[in-house]
Amino acid sequence: MSRWLPYPVISAMLLATWLLLNEDLSVAHVLLGTVVAIAGSWVLVRLEAPPLIFRRLWIILRLALEVVVDMTRSNVRVARLVLKDKRDRTPGFVRIELSVRSHYSLTLLACIITATPGTSWVNYESTSNVLVIHVLDLVDGDDWGQIIKVRYEGLLKEIFE
Amino acid sequence: MSGLILTIALTISKGFLTLAMAASALRILRGPRAQDRVLGMDTLYVNAMLLLLVFGIGSGTTLYFEVALVIGLLGFVATVSMAKFLMRGEVIE
Amino acid sequence: MNAIEELPVWAAILTSALLLLGSSLALIGSIGLLRFKTFYERIHAPTLGSTLGLFSILAASMLYFSIARTRPVVHEILIGIFVTTTTPVTFLFLVQATLYRDRFEGSDPLSGLSEERQSVKTPTGS
Repeated sequence: MSRWLPYPVISAMLLATWLLLNEDLSVAHVLLGTVVAIAGSWVLVRLEAPPLIFRRLWIILRLALEVVVDMTRSNVRVARLVLKDKRDRTPGFVRIELSVRSHYSLTLLACIITATPGTSWVNYESTSNVLVIHVLDLVDGDDWGQIIKVRYEGLLKEIFE
Repeated sequence: MSGLILTIALTISKGFLTLAMAASALRILRGPRAQDRVLGMDTLYVNAMLLLLVFGIGSGTTLYFEVALVIGLLGFVATVSMAKFLMRGEVIE
Repeated sequence: MNAIEELPVWAAILTSALLLLGSSLALIGSIGLLRFKTFYERIHAPTLGSTLGLFSILAASMLYFSIARTRPVVHEILIGIFVTTTTPVTFLFLVQATLYRDRFEGSDPLSGLSEERQSVKTPTGS
């Protein structure tokens, strides 16, 4: 199991990609896709990626829902900022002390923060576990550290740690 | 009826996406710094990919889908290698 | 162009609405890229087109082809997955490069941050 199939989740994703790309569910494509998926996961062994373990699948769905809702909301907000071009908008950097540490949580958090319009990941120091993000409109009273912690950190911790 | 609605919507969104490509091309020309130009190029890639998807709906073939997929992946590789070049002065270490 | 005429009206309206939403978001994002004054602000604008803009155009394409071909066509999801995973990575790289170049030129934008000051506001005009 672990020798022939070192990363079962990633192999399953590769197989799904292969089948979607060919739009075909015939036995031949499933077999070929399985070969590609398993061979692809061997590449990751050479890269020494840490093993990917999902703790609870339904929390991933909750995180995805949270991200979609958040993304839609901030899309509307940023679109309004672009069109109105209000003068008193104050962009700025915010320093956040994180509590998650594992590679996959940080990767996913970086993708979520950068993909959401209005916030982007700028710098991370692994020794002090401090993250700096850039915010397009710093409204007084918005505590971004608290927002990141409440929205994402708890869920990420439950999934990966 | 439905043909008319779709044709109008397709024309408008093609126009919008062309304008978006023009805007990002203008950012490439204006700069002012190298990273602004790279960001403009990345936006140009994404807008071109969206335009190809719209063309695909208009023509009714999935050929455009594959082109859009390739453009998306090539755009990623191009932008990452340029960002890497801006940081280190070389692409492959 | 026969396939377009045979489409039910509700599907045509829904596809058109999704197309218009997606393309106008991409346009707004590119206008923002042109309008904002500093690089760190500009990085926020293109994400409009690459998140919700992309999703609505992909949804329009999926809806149109599924109904026109009377079978589910879902391979557009692949573009969605690829772009949503790769765009943050490119932006991360670009921001890292910019930060490195800013520091190299002697103007660290993060120099005002410390444990006491959790946020630094930057002027819009610079």
